Parts: sequence; structure tokens; C-alpha cells
Amino acid sequence: MNQPNKNNRQNQDQRRSNRPLNWMSKYVETLLKYATVFSALIVLVLFGFLTYFTLPLFAEGQITELFSLHWRPFHGEFGILPMIAGTLALAISALLIAYPLGLGICLFVHGLGPRWLARPILLLIHGMTGIPTVVYGFVAVFLLVPLLRNNFSHGSGFSLLAASLTLSILILPTIVLLINSQLEQIVPKLRLTTTALGISRIHELTRISLPAASYGLLAAAILGFGRAVGDTLIALMVAGNAAQIPGSAFDSIRTLTAHIALVVATDSQSTTYHSLFACGLILFLTTASVNLLLHRIKHRACRETNYE
Amino acid sequence: MRHGLLPGLFFTVFLMFFYTLPAASEELDRLAGLKGKIDIAGGTAHIPVMKDAARHIMTKYPQITITVAGGGSGVGIQKVAEGLVDIGNAGRPISAKEREKYPRLRSFPFAVDGVAPAVNPANIVSELTSIQIQNIFSGKINNWKDVGGDDAEIHIYNRDEASGTRSVFWKKCLNKGAVVESANIVASNGAMKVAVSQDRYALGYMSIGHLDNTVKALGLDGVAPTQENAINGHYPIVRKLFMNTNGAPAPLVKAFIDYVMSSEGAANISNHGYIPLQ
Repeated sequence: MNQPNKNNRQNQDQRRSNRPLNWMSKYVETLLKYATVFSALIVLVLFGFLTYFTLPLFAEGQITELFSLHWRPFHGEFGILPMIAGTLALAISALLIAYPLGLGICLFVHGLGPRWLARPILLLIHGMTGIPTVVYGFVAVFLLVPLLRNNFSHGSGFSLLAASLTLSILILPTIVLLINSQLEQIVPKLRLTTTALGISRIHELTRISLPAASYGLLAAAILGFGRAVGDTLIALMVAGNAAQIPGSAFDSIRTLTAHIALVVATDSQSTTYHSLFACGLILFLTTASVNLLLHRIKHRACRETNYE
Repeated sequence: MRHGLLPGLFFTVFLMFFYTLPAASEELDRLAGLKGKIDIAGGTAHIPVMKDAARHIMTKYPQITITVAGGGSGVGIQKVAEGLVDIGNAGRPISAKEREKYPRLRSFPFAVDGVAPAVNPANIVSELTSIQIQNIFSGKINNWKDVGGDDAEIHIYNRDEASGTRSVFWKKCLNKGAVVESANIVASNGAMKVAVSQDRYALGYMSIGHLDNTVKALGLDGVAPTQENAINGHYPIVRKLFMNTNGAPAPLVKAFIDYVMSSEGAANISNHGYIPLQ
């Protein structure tokens, strides 16, 4: 007689304590669902708007002119190919400088360098993420650009080289932190085994840890590239902004982002202005594909390896 | 950039208060009894004049708030026409297309600004002809020794398409001629001054109002780019600066425009190197 009664009360207690929790979790779930839909919608709306504003170009048959080699808006030429080339040249060269450097820093931190230096270096890199872009740009304008101008006979210093050196410092933390986060998961698990097997640090890192961290390595490259493509201020301040296909590292170049920033203040009824939306669309698609690529790699990496 | 903006803003506000000088005059009386807010945006050449006027007004009449932002001539016209600001500044007249889309816009020209070719103070060249400048910008001449300077490459600095300064220089000095694609592009009069003052072999151009001793203005066809020569018509590269409103301005905005065009406003305009229109 006593037993079922007690059970009953226990059940009741449980239900009572569960009720607000259930309610809360349901509430939060719906909230999150709406937030997700909302964010996704914003991206779609953005895409829609960019496409919509690019439409006048199609209507006026000027879309083919976008893919010409010359940007001379006052002569009816709206070629954005020089800007696309400039963006790619800058992003790739910045990545070529920053990536090996970032990888080196990670290897140094994870065993090639003295242990006491590892933390200060990582702290420094973390600190670098907080430095505003404009500071790098400013320092580059007053130090790096005159240095390049005075030491090389060609060009004014505002160049692909100056911009890629500055940009590489900007994207370095992204690369280091991504590779590092992957290595931090892998290295401690392998270290005991590899040490027991008598494998040297260099061998362990280059033959075992790095191949195992392939996802992080690739993700760092892709995100670094995305960051480099998306940055505006450094290109605007340091690259010189000449709308030409870069022929050498000392040439002045213009990126898509800097191009938008420079031209956005023009007469908003002109073709010049509408052509900017095409630039925006290209940038949007680039970053979107970078993210999709990243997503796929992550997916595959999760399926293949099982480092938790 | 996100981090950089806020401190900069605070700093600007701080400077605005710090350098506020008391100014008393009858010209300001036209704003007596009015209150509210005026938002101003647009051309960057206007900013020093607008800021000074705003400072004087806000010191005497704290119930009036005036904000001054940049953006460029095109942005100024668009913002005022869409009702986002009360006054949209432009360093060029309203274009035919803009006029068509926004027929209600009213323009108030208030100053004349000259645009001068400029080089680094260390450059021994102090004068060029317009033909020489056209040849340099089109790439036919690319060494300073061909125009009487050192044996060094000429570094051309140009402005973006949105610039009213570029527009007048291109029309009245370059004769709408071609400009080499390798020319560097800078985004404002201020950035142009920094670039030219840093680069010994630079050739650029800027609003006369922005000239100071960090750069050297070049004589053009034997005429020095001074306010006097711009007023008497000898110096050819000049343009008007406009304030634009959407329809007839509200009383407060009207009073502000009248103040800028008053004798005290004119003194303010001259102080910044522009020539007041009255």
C-alpha cells in the first residue's frame, strides 16, 4: 500500500522538476531554430540584393564589358578583370609568405623549439588577432613603403609586394591558431608512443603529426586565403590601387574590395556604380565557396579520422 | 577596422570640444531661438568649413546639434535625396541622371576651390606646363629629367572616380585625356598629401585648401595656384563647392546655410584656403 504511493510521489516530483526544464529547452530550441532560419535568410537576401543590383548591367548589355582588361569608366569600359587578378595575386602571395611561416611557428611551438618559449609565442599570436587592420596599414605606409621605394629603382613603393608582406602578417594568426588547435589535439596523444619508439621530434612532427593534421593544414590555408581576399584596408592603403593586371611584385595593384571602397562614392545612378555590385557578387561567391569547401573538408576529415 | 573606428571617433569628438573657441557675433543671431539637429554628409573638401561653422554654432547654441560626415560627393547627393541627411555636400554640380531621379534637389554653391598639381618639397621642379602634365599623366613622359628635374622615375598619384577634385583636374588640366593605368590611386585629399609629402618623386594634385608646407604646389603655365589667381580668373583649375538640400530647406537648415554664406562664414571659408561665393 505504501509502496505505490511513494512511487507516485517520486514520479510527481520528477515531473514537477522536469516541467520548467522541458519548457525551457523547447523555448530555446525554437528560438535557435528561428535564429538559424533568420541568419540563413540574411545571407540569401544579401545574395538576392547583389544579383538584383547587378541586373541593370545585364539590361544595358554591359555585362560583357565587365570582363574586359581595362577600367576606364569615363570611356565606357568597366573591366573588373584587373581587380580580380589583383585580388588573386595579393591573396595567393600573402598566403605563400604567411603559410610556411605559420607552419614553422606551429612546429616550433610543438617540439622543435624550447618548451618555455611556446606559451609566449602563442600568446603573442593571440594578441596579434586583436590588432586593428588600420594599424598594420598605417605602419606599412610609413615604414615599409618608403623602404621599398628607396631600395628598388622601380615603382613608388605602393605595390603588390608591400601589400602582400603586410597582409601576410594579418593572416598569420589565423593560420597559426588553426594549425595549432589541430596539433594540440594530436601531438599529446602521439608523443608518448613516438617517444617510446625512439622516433625523433622532427620525424614525429613531419611524418606522423602533420599528416594526421591534414584537415587543420588545409583549413588554415583556405581560411587564410578567405581572410586575405576579404581584407579591404591594407590593399586600399598599401597596394597603390592602380587598376592594372600585375606584371611584377613592384607594380601597383587594386583588389576587388579596395575597388568597391574607392568607387562606392560615385554618382549612384551611373553604370560605374552598378558595376560595383558585380564586384560584390564575385566577392560573395568567392567567400561562400571558400566556406563550402571548408565545410566539405571538415566533413570528410570527421569521417576519416577520429581524433576527438 | 572595427576596433579602430571607435577610438578615432572619441578622439575626434574630444578634439572638437578641446579646440572649441568662443565666438560671438551678430551673424550667429540668425540661429537664435532655433533648436534641433542638422546632419551633414558628402564631399570631403567641405569638411573643414562645415566643422568650423558647426563648432561656432554649437558653442553659442548648445540646443542645436550638428554632425558632419564625409563619404564623397556622390554619397552626399544620394543621402540628402533619400532623406538620410539634411545637407548633402558635393564638389561637383548634380549630374543629369541624378537630377532626373531626384528632381527636388536644391543646390547652394558657397565657395570656389582651386586644384593644384603638387610635388614633394625636395623636388627641384617648381613649374610645369599643362602640356607637360598631360604628357606625364598619359605616360609619354615618365622621367623627371625630361621636365627639368632629377633623373628619376615619375610616380603619378591620381584620385578615384568618385572624387570631385579628380573630376575638375581631369577636365580642366588633363583636357579629359587618358591617364596611365599604372598610376597610383589615393582615396582622399588628405591621403594625397601624405603620399606626395612622403615620396620624393611623386606628382599628384590636391585642393588648394589642403596645401601646406609638407608639399609643394606647382605653377601651371606660369601661373601660381593661389587664391588671388583663382579669383581673378588667371588660374584655370577651379570648381564650385555645393551644399544640397532636398526641396526647400527647413528653417534651421536654412539658417545654417545662410550662416555659412554670411560674412563670418566667408572668413571661415577663406581661412581654409577656399574662396567664398557671395
